[in-house]
Amino acid sequence: MSEEEQEMITKVEAPVYLKYNFTAGSAPTRFLAQIKKGVLAGQRCPKCLAVYIPTRGSCGRCGVPTVEEVELSDKATVQSFTIVSIPIPNNPIEPPFIIANVVPDGANVSFIHLMSECVNEEVHIGQRVQAVWKPEDEWGYSMDNIRYFKPLDEPDVPIELIGKLTVTGEEG
Amino acid sequence: MANLAAVVGIGQTSYTTKREDVSIAGLVREAAVNALEDADLTWNDIDAVILGKAPDMFEGVIMPEVYLTDALGCNGKPMIRVHTAGSVGGSTALVAASHVQSGMFKRVLTVSFEKQSESNAMWALSNPQPFSTHLNAGAGGYFAPIIREYLRRSNAPYDAGIKVAVKDRLHGARNPLAHLQKPDITMQEVEESFMLWDPLRYLECCPSSDGACAMVIADEELAKKSPKPPAWIRGVAMRSEPTMYAGRNEVNPQAGRDCAADVYKQAGVSNPRKDFDCAEVYVPFSWYEPMWLENLGFAPEGEGWKLTMEGATSLDENGDIPWNCSGGVLSSNPIGASGMIRFAEVARQVRGDAGEHQVDGAKLALGHAYGGGAQFFAMWVVGSQKS
Amino acid sequence: MKEIAIVGYQQSDSRSDAGAVNEVEMIMPVLERTFAQVGINNAQDVDFVCSGSCDYMQGAAFAFVAGVDALGAVPPIKESHVEMDAAWALYESMLKIRMGHADSALIYGFGKSSPGELPIVLSQQLDPYYLAPLWVDTISLAAMQARMMLDQGLITERDMAEVVSRSRRNAMNNPHAQLSGDMSADDVLAQETYVSPLRKGDCCPVSDGASAVVIATVEKAKEWGVPYALISGISHAIETHNMGMRDITDSVSTRIAAERAGMKAGKVDVAQLYAPFSHQEIILTRALGLGDETSINPSGGVLAGNLMMASGLSNIGEVFNRIISGEAERGIAHATSGPCLQHNLVTVLEKAEKA
Repeated sequence: MSEEEQEMITKVEAPVYLKYNFTAGSAPTRFLAQIKKGVLAGQRCPKCLAVYIPTRGSCGRCGVPTVEEVELSDKATVQSFTIVSIPIPNNPIEPPFIIANVVPDGANVSFIHLMSECVNEEVHIGQRVQAVWKPEDEWGYSMDNIRYFKPLDEPDVPIELIGKLTVTGEEG
Repeated sequence: MANLAAVVGIGQTSYTTKREDVSIAGLVREAAVNALEDADLTWNDIDAVILGKAPDMFEGVIMPEVYLTDALGCNGKPMIRVHTAGSVGGSTALVAASHVQSGMFKRVLTVSFEKQSESNAMWALSNPQPFSTHLNAGAGGYFAPIIREYLRRSNAPYDAGIKVAVKDRLHGARNPLAHLQKPDITMQEVEESFMLWDPLRYLECCPSSDGACAMVIADEELAKKSPKPPAWIRGVAMRSEPTMYAGRNEVNPQAGRDCAADVYKQAGVSNPRKDFDCAEVYVPFSWYEPMWLENLGFAPEGEGWKLTMEGATSLDENGDIPWNCSGGVLSSNPIGASGMIRFAEVARQVRGDAGEHQVDGAKLALGHAYGGGAQFFAMWVVGSQKS
Repeated sequence: MKEIAIVGYQQSDSRSDAGAVNEVEMIMPVLERTFAQVGINNAQDVDFVCSGSCDYMQGAAFAFVAGVDALGAVPPIKESHVEMDAAWALYESMLKIRMGHADSALIYGFGKSSPGELPIVLSQQLDPYYLAPLWVDTISLAAMQARMMLDQGLITERDMAEVVSRSRRNAMNNPHAQLSGDMSADDVLAQETYVSPLRKGDCCPVSDGASAVVIATVEKAKEWGVPYALISGISHAIETHNMGMRDITDSVSTRIAAERAGMKAGKVDVAQLYAPFSHQEIILTRALGLGDETSINPSGGVLAGNLMMASGLSNIGEVFNRIISGEAERGIAHATSGPCLQHNLVTVLEKAEKA
């Protein structure tokens, strides 16, 4: 076959399947054991005293393990958010939906989660929200035990206090 | 003191969604050969190869330097593979420069690439991990809330992002290598494009590209003998901070501010807006132009958007400090190479070799890259003169 | 040129399964011990940090980002990462010091190989179009290499077994080793063939762990007042990926790297060689021209515990340990990457002159 007759090969399919035994880590395991019981457990840095949730095992600021466990509220404050217009594969939630960085009362860092039962256009930074949990018999070792966060009828948190509230929702 | 080093050759591929005509090896080789030709050199003139790219999962090839040895003429030579997330193209250039600045090498080749079409970067960026909520929101889902917080702090007009999206695409239309060619783009077109991650519209986000970029970096003696003007490396800096800690300023990260201060000091820059003739800054989402204008000290905090709105960063509006004349990441985004393209494009500017997107008489310019959760920074300053 | 010294080295235990700990939890204790050894508080007390790791060990992109959480990187630090064994991170750090942008550096490498099937995972570092789709695992490739050597009469199975026996016996003095014991060559030869001609003992174990090293200019080392050894040379070279185009019974790149690093300038008392398979230790020993005056892999080497992305760095640390203990005056450390010893790095370490 001459060169001009030869069709260019532009693709080979070579799917890669690799299996891993995932380990969460010791500190994350303690967090997951608590969330299975419906409890949001933070961990405190022994040096700077910041409370992390979910912990990854260390305080990023100080580079030391977070050991002490602190039970947090499932009430939280919106640190920021975005309205997403692309669907999540294999997830029943319909766009547009909100994902927000929320800081639970008693913690000093936010985590990302869904917001619902809200008017998307009215969601705002500083808004008070609370976790809506799945039925207890569906709880597993997962942040997904919280279905989403919904707005609370409480006054907004001033910007400078976001991430600084105590577990009872007061100024820290 | 670091030994003097300069960029003496630059090679890029064109950037596009799918480069079906080349393999990964063919892609990197194309950029490398272009850089060697630009420097009027051959493979034998190269002492070491420094390779960079973003996560291996983007192509599914583990430690690809192992496979790319032959394509990059590296048999018997040192080869090193850098990976620092999105900043990697910049970090790789810095590691390459350090080979020469340390006095251990005379002339090295550095290459970075991404062939996103061979895998699924969106999946690789957010493949589901057990135990955590899987929102599959990608980089936009991560950065949009940070941008929203910037909007709140700065009270920037809603269309500053739109303006950047238009400006960088008009710049890109001057650059034949740019992925997106949109010479007729309008504010209205961007505003009407689909809102993906509020406040980011489709046209305010970077494309996903295949492409590679390469540079030859040489010591002072060899640079002087180089046929084309060298771009002298006047400052190099990297900084990293953790993804998350209490009180972290995600909008205006300290790592970026510290990195800029370090590189400015080395290059004798006291007023970046005045001292630089242009800059190539990693702006994958439109709003990162005003945010980085502040982070890098081109504007006071909260006022970066004013420069954008005034046209100060636009070549077409004769701005005093054009940013991303090549079209930037918003026009071409082969992730692992995107940082190196910034570094290479400022070198082209000070060599007076940037074609239709040349800034007249450019003498000193800043190249910038960032990665991770806006936590890894790499920057260099290049000049037409040694000092 | 500035003289550079190694001033600290620590390694975790090499374990077949580090269990519940994640990467950052694996790194933190090693760093803590390294800082204590040098007498510093954290990564803020060095000028540069560089790490080596591989995303595919844990099956998630950005493995190294978690490492930054172990450093205390606030205020922000000068930091970089190679997707390679951390021995190359040390190489990058040497450049940083030589160019005058740092007087000291922390280097660490980490890998949890246990979550995946390591030999299969590593098959995906082969040419993605021609080789990776065949899923040729690393053990099979090494077995082919050993077969070539046996059939060419370059080695015998007993030669290989003796390497294994010495590794296990040496490892009895290494508290971090995973496999150790008084095993004779006959004991090894009595093992069943695993991947012909390799026996289990010929292959390194799959291990989890981390190691860390601190290097500094000699002035800085003196200021810290800790024992140190000099890094008198370091170099590396890669060879063609096409195994049909190189002689895999030899290691040309190791020889090139050793020459460039100046190994031949003096006697080599100790050599830590990164040989994941017994026959590869013989290839390396011969390529380097090492004789009876050199103690090979006194730690047991990676046949006693193979910390992917860290063992190359550990080799440098193991030679350092033997120099500061007075056991050796001069030694070399080797690191490798890629299938069948494709890419090799050689570091020469020497006893410091009396201050």
